[in-house]
Amino acid sequence: MSSDFGAVLHDMLAGADVPDAARCWAAGDLGPGLRLWRRLGNLGVTALAVPEKQGGLGASPLDLVVACEELGHHAVPGPLAESLAAVPVLLGETGSGHDWPAALAAGDLIATLAAPPRVPFAAGAEAAGLVLYAEDGVVGRGIVDATFRSIDPTRSLAEVQRGPVVAEGVAGAVARALDFGALACAAQLLGAGRALLEAAVRHAGLRVQFGRPVGAFQAVKHRLADVAIGLEFARPLLEAAGVALAEDGPTAGRDVSAAKVACAEAAHRSARAALQVHGAIGYTAEHELSRFLLQVRALVPAWGSQAEHRARVLREL
Amino acid sequence: MTEAFRAEVRDWLAAHVPATPLPSLDTADGFEAHRAWERALAAAGLAVVTWPAAYGGRDATLAEWLVFEEEYYAAGAPARVGQNGLFLLAPTLFACGSAEQRDRILPRMAAADDIWAQAWSEPEAGSDLAALRSRAVRGGGGWLVSGSKTWCSRAAFADRAFGLFRTDPAAARHQGLSYLLFSLRAPGVTVRPIRQLGGRTGFAEIFLDEVFVPDSDVVGEPGDGWRIAMSTASHERGLSLRSPGRFLAAAERLVSLWRRSGGDPGLGERVADAWIGARAYQLHTHATAARLAAGGTLGPEASMGKVFWSELDLALHEVALDLLGPRAEVRDGPDGVWLEDYLFALAGPIYAGTNEIQRTLIGERVLGLPR
Repeated sequence: MSSDFGAVLHDMLAGADVPDAARCWAAGDLGPGLRLWRRLGNLGVTALAVPEKQGGLGASPLDLVVACEELGHHAVPGPLAESLAAVPVLLGETGSGHDWPAALAAGDLIATLAAPPRVPFAAGAEAAGLVLYAEDGVVGRGIVDATFRSIDPTRSLAEVQRGPVVAEGVAGAVARALDFGALACAAQLLGAGRALLEAAVRHAGLRVQFGRPVGAFQAVKHRLADVAIGLEFARPLLEAAGVALAEDGPTAGRDVSAAKVACAEAAHRSARAALQVHGAIGYTAEHELSRFLLQVRALVPAWGSQAEHRARVLREL
Repeated sequence: MTEAFRAEVRDWLAAHVPATPLPSLDTADGFEAHRAWERALAAAGLAVVTWPAAYGGRDATLAEWLVFEEEYYAAGAPARVGQNGLFLLAPTLFACGSAEQRDRILPRMAAADDIWAQAWSEPEAGSDLAALRSRAVRGGGGWLVSGSKTWCSRAAFADRAFGLFRTDPAAARHQGLSYLLFSLRAPGVTVRPIRQLGGRTGFAEIFLDEVFVPDSDVVGEPGDGWRIAMSTASHERGLSLRSPGRFLAAAERLVSLWRRSGGDPGLGERVADAWIGARAYQLHTHATAARLAAGGTLGPEASMGKVFWSELDLALHEVALDLLGPRAEVRDGPDGVWLEDYLFALAGPIYAGTNEIQRTLIGERVLGLPR
């Protein structure tokens, strides 16, 4: 089902004017973006990680990977890894006693969470009907203190205090939820990296200097080849991490970390190359490229820094 | 099936891999020691597992081949001295050779009775291989071959060689080439070993002066050599030449070395990246093998693998040398193997098509960038 599902999602997003939704979201008008999220709900995307017994699809993490890669490929605004992956998994593991999972699955509720130290802020709280706070194995409602702007203008960062307790003694569930968040984030990064490479290849084929398309110059060609290689070899790590999480095997943490490191690195290299190939036009706020460049910069350290994930790979080898 | 096969390979290797490493295969003694090892592998039915049983193989799938390689490198078994023949010529003969050629050549190759060298490059034709000038003209009821070849891997001690020669000087440069096989002991052949960076003679120059090659040693049709050579080039870039077992085994040794040397967190980041890269290459290769088993083909994307593994191999060994610190320059100490493997890795971005050639292929044929 997976690749077909990705194609369906891609077609929907390609026709949904995501750039406009993102511009409005960044300007404080969530309307078009929330309508887009509603359509994700209709397609079942918001139900993927919600267990069947809680009204969701209980889908494989691999389906979540396919969906999040496509959402990253279009740089859809909103707390995706939180609401589509981490929170449903957390509530699925802890059993919430609320109707939150069913509402998440139906697309009626958007959720986010903070889980310091790895996830210090709750992203996109302005769109969320449910903010959670997890620390030391205790999960509570989150009370938003202060909100910071992210380098990604569609992303806000809320500092959160713990409110009423929802579940206690659930450190394992929190850890698994954070791994799902990191997996979804890695998939978004891979999708964004792909979009940046596609944009760079397109531009390099059209932009003429010295009488030739700039993509005919070896310096440009070779740099984009390196980007393609990075993305190509990040993908199997991402899929393996999805499989390991599905099996809840002993290597799941290591595999998620390896995937996050490789996808973030590949997306970052893609962003740098795409900006360089576009030249000055790529450095403007109005150019479509900026959405992807800034989203990648925001997501690279999200759900655990590169150093933290590399250290975990070595620890768990 | 696969797990039973894995167990068989593991058990045999555990019982037979020499306790002390064989002398380098790029010395006369080492070459013969590696030939003897190949014969032992062949006797155990493990020399050419992917070949049909009729030629000494056991019809192993690509997935099983990858299992074999994982076990082979994990066991620290000797380098394959016959690899030019096994992984380059043999696939070409299966795809384009005649039944007579397969029957005559492959069993001797499998048994290491003939060890093959490659003869592609010439002094004026490296990356631009189609500029080659060594020629073959009709004579004596076959072909008379003259010219020179260089950087011929294993040619210093090998028995036979394969390469491309110009048989029709009037034809366009990619046409008029023929794929020929010849004995390195034939009259008119002079082999001059070349000392490599590390001091050993891993490759050689071959000079040919009216060397007779019978028609039965032309692979495919005369004039069709370029297409035949390129049809199996992707084998050399990916899968068969550099299977992931090699890098995963090295990455695991690297992690041990890092732990033993105190677990420096700065170098740890590069150690982690090396292991992640080796794991990515393993997963990617298994996915490719599954795709090929389902009837897919290996196209220009093989160039991505070639750049990836060659840079991974170098990065991995450079971290190892950095971990060893001032001891890294010692060639004959207990850690000298890192230095030897580093010297070998240095050649990776050059052979089998330089990484620059590969990046151009990726840009044009995978990404569709303008020429």
